[in-house]
Amino acid sequence: MSTCHSGAVVKEAPNATKRIGVIGQPNTGKSTFFNRITNANAAVANWPGLTVDLMKAVVKLNQEAVEFVDLPGIYDLNGFTDDEKVVQRFLESFAVNMILVVLNASQIDRQIRMALQVKSLGLPGVVLLNMADEAKRYGVQIKTLELSERLGMPVYPISAKYGTGCQGAIAGITRTLAEQPNTYQVANLVEHLNENPVTEAEMEETLAGAVQMPSLTAKTFTNRIDGVMLHPIFGLPIFFASMFAVFWFIWTVGIPSADPVDAVTGWLQATILEPSLAFLPDIIQDFIINGIWTGFTSILSFLPLVALFFVIMSALEDSGYLSRAAYLMDAFMSKLGLDGRAFVLQMMGFGCNVPAIMGTRVIRSRAMRLLSMLIIPFSLCSARLQVFIFILAAVLPGIHGAIALFLLYIFSFVIAFALSAILSRHKNFKSNEPFVLEIPPYRFPTIKQVLLRVWHEMKHFLGRVTTFVVLGTIVIWFLNNFPPGTEGIDTLAGQLGQFFAPIMEPIGINPYLTVSLIIGFIAKEVQIGALAVIYGLSDDTLGVKISESLTILQGFSYCLFSLLYIPCLTTISTIWGESKSVKFTVFSMIFPLVVAWIVCFIFYQGALLLQA
Amino acid sequence: MTLAELKPGQMAFVHEVQSKGVEQGFKTRLEAMGFVNGKPICVMRSAWFGGPLQVRVGSTTELAIRRSEANLVFVVIDPSTEN
Repeated sequence: MSTCHSGAVVKEAPNATKRIGVIGQPNTGKSTFFNRITNANAAVANWPGLTVDLMKAVVKLNQEAVEFVDLPGIYDLNGFTDDEKVVQRFLESFAVNMILVVLNASQIDRQIRMALQVKSLGLPGVVLLNMADEAKRYGVQIKTLELSERLGMPVYPISAKYGTGCQGAIAGITRTLAEQPNTYQVANLVEHLNENPVTEAEMEETLAGAVQMPSLTAKTFTNRIDGVMLHPIFGLPIFFASMFAVFWFIWTVGIPSADPVDAVTGWLQATILEPSLAFLPDIIQDFIINGIWTGFTSILSFLPLVALFFVIMSALEDSGYLSRAAYLMDAFMSKLGLDGRAFVLQMMGFGCNVPAIMGTRVIRSRAMRLLSMLIIPFSLCSARLQVFIFILAAVLPGIHGAIALFLLYIFSFVIAFALSAILSRHKNFKSNEPFVLEIPPYRFPTIKQVLLRVWHEMKHFLGRVTTFVVLGTIVIWFLNNFPPGTEGIDTLAGQLGQFFAPIMEPIGINPYLTVSLIIGFIAKEVQIGALAVIYGLSDDTLGVKISESLTILQGFSYCLFSLLYIPCLTTISTIWGESKSVKFTVFSMIFPLVVAWIVCFIFYQGALLLQA
Repeated sequence: MTLAELKPGQMAFVHEVQSKGVEQGFKTRLEAMGFVNGKPICVMRSAWFGGPLQVRVGSTTELAIRRSEANLVFVVIDPSTEN
């Protein structure tokens, strides 16, 4: 019967390659250690029967190849969340030689539960007490040998961030692994833990005499800083000021960063690319240069901007400040049917919508998660920023343009949250998700840590974006060059723009701009490039053309529409991947279109009326 | 009394987390975060406009919890309150 056996079972045929599963609570630095031991060599792998991909890497320990699998951070092996189910299913479907349990040494009083659960299941294990340096600062005293005896597992204090103790730990893991020829698979994990739960008494027994926690009323350095950062009166203004500082930094450093890149790519094009292609027929040269190369240069030109965003967001997250931001904004967000974390995700969306959409995984309630995914694309991402800078520079130069841009940022928040307030009343988006969020101590991120994270993010970003950007430039090239011999309004592009004119004219958007919006749907990075191609101008002279042919109202209406109308294809594919619902993905495309049109109509016609 | 009724700085001990009528896993999650019987707990601050409480559980775990969730955590007062 199904309950005749529970807990770890020795498998008859041991793994060809020894396997170690790495588990731990969220925010224990588990991934930092994983990256250390695998030398950041890990690749995402698909595991049959699991709904998510897990990182795994093969490492050489003492001449032997060992596979490390990074399991999702979970609070309890016996829990009910999706991530917890993944870990349960993993341990039940795949055999491991050993489990590596990563704990936050400062919080051993509660995290010891996980090590005890592994023990209860009968799996061999090694415990790593990570952030040992922090524990020492707190005044947590741990006698590792005694603890190790009581657990029946080796215990190693380490700091994965700074590297202390890691060599010793890895040596210890190697030794323990050598003593584990058997592989174990768990049968009926949840049942076993239900029948043999880890009790408070057991936890106390394990810790008594081996662990001493600091005073209950200790006031740490973090507490002192929080006295200001979370101050009932000053906390929110400080937060808004810091957000403003971030945007100002992006404005002064991030935006001009495109210029040197453009200079380099322009030089490359003129001195190397064009001469080397000169022997090809004109149309092919044109296709390669204006179809494909332009796509690449568009991406390259704003890479520094995106990288800057990622650096700032990573630093803020690693420092622990984002949890405070979530705390400060939760009162407001709960009135919109969301919570403080959704605000942080919205902020992340200003760099690029895609990682923010993926970040909604932390929201367990599906209704709230979908709502968050729906409004994140209203964030003014860096690709949209490029469009606005160009257009506003042409129609509203100087300080007025800067103010208009600031207004667009404000509007992005306002519309996202107003829509959330309205939609959250609908049953599909109504949620009662509990809000319980750990507030970690302030930590100073190491440069290495931040750069490593940004490197990973940028790699993923480039991988995603390149396809669609190049596709976008190819499409616009095609639309603009056919039927052959036509110019301007007679090309496929022009005809397409004209087709939509009846609905776009009332909001002040001419056919050329309309086509650029269609290309912007594929990838917003090439929206302005598309405009240049359609007008048959280079980017430099395009600015002049725009300032001549668009009124300020038309320019701003175009920006407003670009802000709201539809997420780019990359974002949409991410929404689909995360929501796993075609219906919702289609809704996430149509809903913003309708909103954009209505908002622009009110703005443009309203402004015209006021002018008259 | 419940956690939501504690004043900032007031020391108390966790008695139990209500599990009736709450989503499955809520109690498990809170227990994993330290809300177990007998654990010392205190409210550090509360946010304005009905916002969440910042709570210290044990001596080294701090977290944010909404008042509605804090109402599900039953605590007993330590007679020798301080601060």
